[in-house]
Amino acid sequence: MENLNLILPEIFISLSIMFLLILGVFKKDSSKITFNLSLFAILITAIITINETFSVTRETLFNESVVIDSMSSLMKIITLIGGFLVLVISSTYLKTFKIYNIEYPVLILSSILGMMVMISSNDLIVFYMGLELQSLALYVLATYNRDQLKSSEAGLKYFVLSALSSGLLLYGCSLVYGFSGSTNFDIISNQLNSEEYVLTFGIVFILVGLAFKISAVPFHMWAPDVYEGSPTTVTLFFTIVPKIAALTVFIRFLYVPFLNLIDQWQMIIVFLSIASMVFGAVAAIGQTNIKRLIAYSSIGHIGYTLAGLATASNEGIQSSIIYISIYVVMNLALFSCLLMLRRKDQYYEGIDDLSGLSKNHPLLSLCLLLILFSLAGIPPLAGFFAKFYVFKAVLEQSMYFLAIVGLLSTVVAAFYYLRIIKIMYFDKEKDKYDTDHSLWLKFSLTVSTILILLYFIFPSQLVEVVSRINII
Amino acid sequence: MNFPILSSLILLPIVGTLFLFFTKDKEGNNLTAKYVALFTTVVNFLISIYLWISFDQSTSSFQFVEDRTWIEGFINYKVGVDGISILFIILTTFITPLCIISVNNSVKNRLRDFLIAILIMESFMIGVFCALDLVVFYLFFEAGLIPMFLIIGIWGGARRVYSAFKFFLYTLLGSVLMLVAIISIYWITGTTDVVQLYEIGIDVKYQNLLWLAFFSSFAVKTPMWPVHTWLPDAHVEAPTAGSVLLAAILLKMAGYGFIRFSLGLFPVASEVFTPLIYTLSVIAIIFTSLIALMQEDMKKLIAYSSVAHMGFVTLGIFTLQQQGIEGSIIQMISHGLVSAALFLTVGVVYDRMHSRLISTYGGLVSVIPKYSILFMLFALASLGLPGTSGFIGEFLILMGAFKDNFLVAVIASIGVILGAAYMLWLYKRVVFGKLINEDLKKMLDLNRSEYFILSCLAVPILFFGFYPDPLINTIEVSVTDLINAHNTNIASK
Repeated sequence: MENLNLILPEIFISLSIMFLLILGVFKKDSSKITFNLSLFAILITAIITINETFSVTRETLFNESVVIDSMSSLMKIITLIGGFLVLVISSTYLKTFKIYNIEYPVLILSSILGMMVMISSNDLIVFYMGLELQSLALYVLATYNRDQLKSSEAGLKYFVLSALSSGLLLYGCSLVYGFSGSTNFDIISNQLNSEEYVLTFGIVFILVGLAFKISAVPFHMWAPDVYEGSPTTVTLFFTIVPKIAALTVFIRFLYVPFLNLIDQWQMIIVFLSIASMVFGAVAAIGQTNIKRLIAYSSIGHIGYTLAGLATASNEGIQSSIIYISIYVVMNLALFSCLLMLRRKDQYYEGIDDLSGLSKNHPLLSLCLLLILFSLAGIPPLAGFFAKFYVFKAVLEQSMYFLAIVGLLSTVVAAFYYLRIIKIMYFDKEKDKYDTDHSLWLKFSLTVSTILILLYFIFPSQLVEVVSRINII
Repeated sequence: MNFPILSSLILLPIVGTLFLFFTKDKEGNNLTAKYVALFTTVVNFLISIYLWISFDQSTSSFQFVEDRTWIEGFINYKVGVDGISILFIILTTFITPLCIISVNNSVKNRLRDFLIAILIMESFMIGVFCALDLVVFYLFFEAGLIPMFLIIGIWGGARRVYSAFKFFLYTLLGSVLMLVAIISIYWITGTTDVVQLYEIGIDVKYQNLLWLAFFSSFAVKTPMWPVHTWLPDAHVEAPTAGSVLLAAILLKMAGYGFIRFSLGLFPVASEVFTPLIYTLSVIAIIFTSLIALMQEDMKKLIAYSSVAHMGFVTLGIFTLQQQGIEGSIIQMISHGLVSAALFLTVGVVYDRMHSRLISTYGGLVSVIPKYSILFMLFALASLGLPGTSGFIGEFLILMGAFKDNFLVAVIASIGVILGAAYMLWLYKRVVFGKLINEDLKKMLDLNRSEYFILSCLAVPILFFGFYPDPLINTIEVSVTDLINAHNTNIASK
């Protein structure tokens, strides 16, 4: 008998989705209660995850197609916390645009469910199911503000390109299956040998599909448009939550089934990493819309995360996970600031709208200053440590070129972060923004900024949690 | 000594900023904020004086060491001072309160934020000088960019944005390579603890590349020719207090880094690259002195003279002679005092006339005599007149240089003459001559706070000029041991 307790979080969240849908359909004006219940559901799921799985080192279920280990439980928890915070700070924004409907929390819950399945997958089919579940929910979320042309465009663009990448991924999976005779990661890992050239195609297709999902260069083209067009809260969701899941799957693919083929994929990852770091830094310079700029900056940050993965060492994987965790906090803080730029029911997202912010809103701009310096990787803020761990792992493998290119691109990236700071602090002020923000928004901004600022006092805690993850 | 005196030196300014946050940010003259900041920095200065008094001059080992685990099994938060670093700490704590007194006139808006930036800056700079772990050092070294960027960018002059960006990106670019080197050192030796690294030593085959990586960072920060171009821009645009901090302390971080890390960790590579340093230093001395001669902006002239003086410093450090290194340290301390004083004197006339151009002035001696006398003292100290601290430094450096390389020393001596030329010419054009500009007649002489600040700087300049023993005694043992360790390292490899 399988120990179903291990997938209790997934079971619980599925049941809540169904219940919330029924509730939403049969009860009138139920958007508020659905919202609150779904928050509650995420919270419970997170608690269950911590309770049931956090102490598990490695267990498999259902013919080894689902794996529960320290990586999956940690990533699930980060996903859930990310999802919770996104949902909790969305409400004011959604109400402003009159899209405060029951579908929003349900869609977010289902994409989180898809991600949790992805994170735990140890089998090509389970993985693909999870991926499609989260993607389909995300397509709808992207178009959620359907009265706006840009939002519909974003959703359509995302759908077409994402479907293409899913197709590539599926083709890669079928090739791998063809050569190994199994869909199970562990069995594939034993069956594969690097003599088969066609197999390399399979790996490349899978990597391309995954690179698309995390928007690594050169498969990033969708990101700026989709990020700009989607409602801001959905953009926030896009920039953090799916990346966690996709990164976990990336790690799983590279280090379980394809571990023996490291010669085949290491160069690809190094290339993706360097291209993302450099392109993310250079392309963001000319942007005038903050959401587009964040899109490019997140491309750059994915590059650093991939640099950790390219090392083929446990330290590298751990450093990537630390990076993505800190990145989640920084992005959450950044978007909280962005959501505060509201004046008379209108949200502002141009970089020039930040002009002279420091005079009217000194605290908000101080937070934004810290967040931006942290994103640029200046010590002693959290972003520096994220980069520090990654480059420590990279240099352990003597990959000097990767490290130097990466660090030089941080200098280029620093330029556009500084530009925002310049606009905030050195330029003339504009009208004041509203200050009646929801408590949750203030809360998420304060907590995340404090985490960024004071991370350096207790850097060991995160490292300790992550150091339990040993994939290889 | 169990009391964490160094950490309290680092933390006290931060505590001060917390108090500053709670003072009201009023427009105009915000006295409460100023007193809080002043009180904090004066206490910090007194603590550092106590540190100097209780410092044991007879040993070169690190004192007041604090060693705490920071990142488990990787980095320790380790601080400590020896004869070399203690003087820089005192310089920092001495200059900062003077900066705070001087903000009265130069900073008009957002005084509280300015003071916060200065206090944070002080904390980081003290951190740089007492860090005994490479990562901790890097952290403080880089973190200083944030407040300085804001100081230049918010309170600076007309081209402040350009200058702030240039300053930030230049220094960041230099530093990231140092980060690569620091992490590489960790993987080569298994530690980033400087004291342990001194004992273990780093394999010769890595030294050259690592040295170059550190050099890239320090050269930008020093600044050495040809990467000095950020300095004049930053100096000119920064508010007076910012220029003072920049010239007096920030530039010293690199010189200190050369002594502590480049010489200490990579002795063989230091030997290899001495010709490079010599060449760049000599070019800096001659070339920037010539540029300084041609400047029309007073601040720019002093900025270029800083580059030339720092050229002497790097030259002295890499002579690897007792006199050379001691001279460099004294030159750095002296330059810290003198350049701070010069920037403040320029600030004084700038606050009154709002012009930094030399041509605006002329004949000041008849209008503001007190000012002219102090200005003369600082100008003479800058050109290294015997009896001022500037002389001791330059003299010792040239002595070291003559021992090591005759030609370099001769060329550097020409630099001394050029230094005299541009300083005296500046002084002549500003203070002497006919009083042509009618507006100048309305100028007031030094007010009490300005008089106080400038006298505070004049006293140590003269005192150490006549009696440099307190400085030399403090650094002597540490420098001797550094050179001995260096020579044994070279001999064994």
